[in-house]
Amino acid sequence: MSSYYESEDLKKFGSIGEHGKKLADDFFKYYGNVTGADGALTRREKALIALAVSHSEKCPYCIDAYTTACLEAGANPEQMMEAVHVAAVMKAGITLVHSVQMQNHLGKLVL
Amino acid sequence: MSAVFSLKNLKTKSRYDFESLLARNGIDLPPLGVETLQVNITKLCNQACRHCHVDASPSRTEKMSPEGIAKCLEILERHPRITKLDITGGAPELHPEFDRFVERAVALGKHVIVRHNLTVQLDGHPQTQEPKEYLPQFFAKNRVEVVSSLPYYQQFFTDSQRGAGVFAKSIEAMRRLNGEGYGVEGSGLVLNLVYNPVGPYLPAPQASLEADYKRELKAKFGLVFNGLFTITNMPINRFKLHLDKSGQYGAYMEKLLAAFNPAAAAGVMCRNLISVGYDGRVYDCDFNQMLEMDAVDRAGKALSIFDFDFDRVLARPIQFDDHCLGCTAGAGSSCGGATA
Repeated sequence: MSSYYESEDLKKFGSIGEHGKKLADDFFKYYGNVTGADGALTRREKALIALAVSHSEKCPYCIDAYTTACLEAGANPEQMMEAVHVAAVMKAGITLVHSVQMQNHLGKLVL
Repeated sequence: MSAVFSLKNLKTKSRYDFESLLARNGIDLPPLGVETLQVNITKLCNQACRHCHVDASPSRTEKMSPEGIAKCLEILERHPRITKLDITGGAPELHPEFDRFVERAVALGKHVIVRHNLTVQLDGHPQTQEPKEYLPQFFAKNRVEVVSSLPYYQQFFTDSQRGAGVFAKSIEAMRRLNGEGYGVEGSGLVLNLVYNPVGPYLPAPQASLEADYKRELKAKFGLVFNGLFTITNMPINRFKLHLDKSGQYGAYMEKLLAAFNPAAAAGVMCRNLISVGYDGRVYDCDFNQMLEMDAVDRAGKALSIFDFDFDRVLARPIQFDDHCLGCTAGAGSSCGGATA
């Protein structure tokens, strides 16, 4: 059985317009506007955010693409690793903060 | 003769054929002048960097003859339109005639640039162990412009590309250059740094990276410099070997092709300089030199410093090949950094 994720497939991203060109064009224009230039955030800051999201969403295509994008925006491995830690603590925090719900329910159940 | 032409015509053009790309974009790139004589005087180097397009190392022996050096000086003297001498290698300071070459060119009133790898100050000559610690004072005395590679302002990238311990030695060598006034505001002594990506990706924007370098080198080491040149890695020689071995050559060429920038093409350095090899052969740039793609005149005859004719050189058709995509990608790349 072949793998679901092939790095070569990233090049085919543009083909999402094959059965819905208008929506794909809208998406890629929006994507380019958000990530392609400095705005209130620099391209480097945006690339680091995207790298963090790539990890939290577990997207191999995005991890490859934004590792390169971070380097091409002048980021260094320390900054990139720190961005992944931000994703990691968000994931951990999101898990842990739900324990408040557990405790609330526990409080209702326990005599 | 006709057989030669038919063989040439049979040569299959690659997907990355640069001349076809220029033609499709309606771009013509004739030489504009010869402001700079860039001379590669030796392939000997105290380092063996992983991306080096010269394949320079401590074991190389090629070096320009005294006659070659004298001929370069004669060309500089005869042609006032050539205002700059750019001395490169290898580590050019390891050439036995280096000091004299610099002093004579300075005496001719030329702007002299030395591609100085920093570490040679501390390493000295790799074969004779002759010390080179005098270089900062020598550079300052002759007021040469120093251009030095420092792939990043941190150790990880620098040592990955240039070898273990190179970052620490580079910092110490910069400290000594700063001590002579290099990079210090108001001194007039220019120290420019060179950034190369440490892999098959394009450089970050030059201005933002320069600001990072200045902030970090000042804060962490108290060092100063003038400007940062971002230079794209050319897909030739040692770096191409790495791309081939790691299966990344095609992807890198596609990246360069996709990032083709007509504005960067207009500013390619081969339009304003010529490159001279250790044996006196003339090339359109240092990269063509390493691929042994001779510069030729309109009649197809290879150019040499030993029968140098300025007008013949200026009228030459520049020789292009796939690797030229490296100079035209994104913000462009040249020995003086970004071009667009």
